[in-house]
Amino acid sequence: MTVRRFAVTVTLKEGLLDPQGETVKGALPTMGWGNVTEVRVGKHIELAVEVEDAAGARAQVEEMAARFLTNPVIEDFRVEELPAEAGPSENGQGTS
Amino acid sequence: MTRRPRVAVITFPGSNDDRDAARAIRLLGGEAVPVWHGEADLGGADAVILPGGFSHGDYLRTGAIARFAPALGAVREHAATGRPVLGICNGFQILCEAGLLPGALIRNRSLSFICRVVHVRVETRRTPFTAQLSEGEVLDIPIKHGEGQFVATPGELARIEGEGLAVFRYCTPDGEVSEEANPNGAMDGIAGVRDERGNVVGLMPHPEHAVDPDIGPTGGQPLFESLFAELLATLS
Repeated sequence: MTVRRFAVTVTLKEGLLDPQGETVKGALPTMGWGNVTEVRVGKHIELAVEVEDAAGARAQVEEMAARFLTNPVIEDFRVEELPAEAGPSENGQGTS
Repeated sequence: MTRRPRVAVITFPGSNDDRDAARAIRLLGGEAVPVWHGEADLGGADAVILPGGFSHGDYLRTGAIARFAPALGAVREHAATGRPVLGICNGFQILCEAGLLPGALIRNRSLSFICRVVHVRVETRRTPFTAQLSEGEVLDIPIKHGEGQFVATPGELARIEGEGLAVFRYCTPDGEVSEEANPNGAMDGIAGVRDERGNVVGLMPHPEHAVDPDIGPTGGQPLFESLFAELLATLS
């Protein structure tokens, strides 16, 4: 059994107005940063997955992201594998 | 029919409009059947309401976790037989997440939580909740939501408009759909949609809060009256 760690980044689909991103963009010039042309606010989800077969871990995370962690009607995602050390459930005592 | 129409009201952890929904049902002549989200049985109800609130704290996305409740399996079966399903506010969000209704609800364009009475125009009579109403009729119903902006992909929106799936649109008191009358930035001013068959409807405004003339507008009353008239006609 090995633990693999992943990060899933979730953003609103291109073409959908992102109200949070627009608000942040609107606030930046008041602090002197007038050259920011685009801001997208999203979500960052980190997962530690226990697997026998390391190769299947990424596919599982992709599937979880597509079927539950995101809503395909409004959101896009990308999955990135993280270094294995210092994971939240490295000790095997994850929250219930 | 000798009995009153039975309407199940599902309570999820975080629902807070279930009692108002049950009260509206009773006030307008129906029998409310309370159903806990963990139950997989709607108690033989003729119709079902998914009420407003903040199921599972709105964590992940509004409605994203509630859709896995055992009661949602029963709602799917109920919907598949053509019987009426109404999702109000968070209930609408749950039905969209469950894939029973098209589109999705995201943060209001203003980012503000909005709580006020709005005007909505009835767009179609092809649902049990609007069958007894007139197209173009304007109803005064309150909204109270932070994530009520209806959105869909361009293809899905074209399908919604092409098939006449929009049931309610935000409008002026005179029934004109305009950006000024749109409280949350919803695409095409959509406040409520139906599924292809028409028996599943979701809307952001709260008809259950608008049934008592002593405490505000009564724009929600016709929806319940229409539902009960349709149920009485089919069950007799």
